[in-house]
Amino acid sequence: MPPILMVDLMTTSQPLLSVKNLKTYFALDDGVVKAVDGVSFDIHAGRTLGIVGESGCGKSITARTILGIVDRPGRIEGGEIWLTRQAEDGTPYQTDLLTLPLEGSEMRAIRGKEIALVFQEPMASFSHYYTVGNQIMESILLHTALGEEGARQRAIDLLGMVGVPKPERRIDDYPFQLSGGLRQRVMIAMALACDPHVLIADEPTTALDVTTQAQVLNLLQTIQKERALSVILITHDMGVIAEMADDVVVMYLGRAVERGPVDAIFYDPKHPYTKALLRSIPSITAKPRTKLATLEGSIPHPFARPKGCPFHPRCAEAIKGVCDRYEPVPIAQGEGRDVSCFLYGGQP
Amino acid sequence: MLAYIARRAVLAVITMAAISVLSFIIIQAPPGDFVDAYIANLSASGSSVSAEEARGLRILYGLDQPIYVQYVKWMSRVLVGDFGESMEWHRPVAEVIGDRLWLTVALSLAALILTWGIALPLGIYSAVRQYSVMDYILTTISFIGLAVPNFLLALVIMYFAFVLFGANVGGLFSSEFDLAPWSLAKAWDLIKHLPLPAVILALAGTAQLIRIMRANLLDELRKPYVITARAKGLPEWRVIMKYPVRAALNPFASTIAYLFPYLVSGSIIISLVLSLPTVGPLLLKALIAQDMFLAGTIVLLLGVMTVIGTFISDLVLMWVDPRIRHELD
Repeated sequence: MPPILMVDLMTTSQPLLSVKNLKTYFALDDGVVKAVDGVSFDIHAGRTLGIVGESGCGKSITARTILGIVDRPGRIEGGEIWLTRQAEDGTPYQTDLLTLPLEGSEMRAIRGKEIALVFQEPMASFSHYYTVGNQIMESILLHTALGEEGARQRAIDLLGMVGVPKPERRIDDYPFQLSGGLRQRVMIAMALACDPHVLIADEPTTALDVTTQAQVLNLLQTIQKERALSVILITHDMGVIAEMADDVVVMYLGRAVERGPVDAIFYDPKHPYTKALLRSIPSITAKPRTKLATLEGSIPHPFARPKGCPFHPRCAEAIKGVCDRYEPVPIAQGEGRDVSCFLYGGQP
Repeated sequence: MLAYIARRAVLAVITMAAISVLSFIIIQAPPGDFVDAYIANLSASGSSVSAEEARGLRILYGLDQPIYVQYVKWMSRVLVGDFGESMEWHRPVAEVIGDRLWLTVALSLAALILTWGIALPLGIYSAVRQYSVMDYILTTISFIGLAVPNFLLALVIMYFAFVLFGANVGGLFSSEFDLAPWSLAKAWDLIKHLPLPAVILALAGTAQLIRIMRANLLDELRKPYVITARAKGLPEWRVIMKYPVRAALNPFASTIAYLFPYLVSGSIIISLVLSLPTVGPLLLKALIAQDMFLAGTIVLLLGVMTVIGTFISDLVLMWVDPRIRHELD
């Protein structure tokens, strides 16, 4: 039996979702790629957690690992994912998702119902052989007691809610008949179909133009407030983080290098990687004709993972003999903050 | 959309007219005519034909007239359903082909259903369980299947069927029914003979189809919409059947175009090896004998079936692929 906690989901200080030391590896012919390598974070009810990092740092794989839908040859190697759930009488209890069989009915009941995903490419993430209505109703029919008729009405309501004009007609459209912005709205409607507690948005605005980006972000914000959703927002865009997130996890090569509230991260970044990411944001107050700061180098080849702190080859502040030899552990930096860097102590 | 279908239908008719001209030219292309082939045949068996008799035969068959006159004469009869007389069989072409046509269609259809019934599930399994032991076994068998000529496979199966089971695989009838008129007993005899040739014909195409289905599905399995479906909590088999398999099957709609002529001709070489009374070997014999009306009708039939097949495959594609349907609106 999972431990039963007699507290309400909304008021508890217990995180809604707690990821601990998560590891997902890909065993390829040429070696093992440690896409997610010991990442930990908590997400609380009604808050937005931003996960930020360069492409290839394991953000998307983290999202898929939480739902247990990592493609072969990926394998979840270890860690814990504690989801706070509600029993039928309303009492919350916790389940470690990694102890559930990946293809079992309990895990499938969580996917789409309790935790839903919004993907980065709305064009490729829909099948073009079925109408958007069919693809939205599918989850409703799967997870709720609603019949065909009820599911269709609910899908129309959802489309209206996410701002799709004439939803009762659009529901019979195919995804390729919609614009990029509309497609992403439909994708969000699809994710919300069964009232999930946690919404994972994986680069939800990357494929959209700037105006549409702003509209979709606004939509996500409104929905979150209305439904007290917990949102995990995965992005490489610090601007999106600043606008949306309450808490931030900065990921580098499959690890969380710095975690904390969004203001603290932006006004007082600790980790050299976070500092570098923030320096690379174009600013309107910057001196004209100065070069935008960029991050030195690029993410190392997945097979050639640096020894010690994975960031040390690109780090201007690296301590010779320490950072290239030992792996830093998270060091607490006040309320809800920590940073994995030897500059802030820690015994090598 | 209707306008598009109408335009395609008109184009199909024009194409068929062009095919009729082409097939007539192709039949005429080899040097000599039926009478030459007939004389050569007779002199090979010791008798001879005088020049006088040859001229008489040519006038009888209209071979002395210019080719376009022959074509117009033939076509004007074809349009009212008279395909002329087979010079070799001395019977109306429609009768000669008609006997074999239904046998061919029955056999090809049985083979086709078997091929798809075996290959599609195996291809799906092979892709979904890529690099599993079973996938390697299927891949090995398919490659052997692709490399071995089909007629060799037919010969080997025939040999083993005879040696191990005493079954005579050749033909579709037992000898006592071969020339007998249709009866219940003859039909039963046919049903008893049908499975083995159908299996042999089916196996020939199976290996290729497994590989195509596997490759198609592997492409689709990697697409993001599969992950979307999984993230909804659908059972894995439903994810696979509803989304990637549906997409992987789409290209098969366009194969209808060449399945149609296959249905009426069957596989020529396998039919020869198994001495099946189908249309394929009939065409070969007619071409050798320069039996122009018979050969011309079969070539015309193949061409027309291709055109009809293409037309139907376009309609089916429109029906199964919403993108094509909406592009036309």
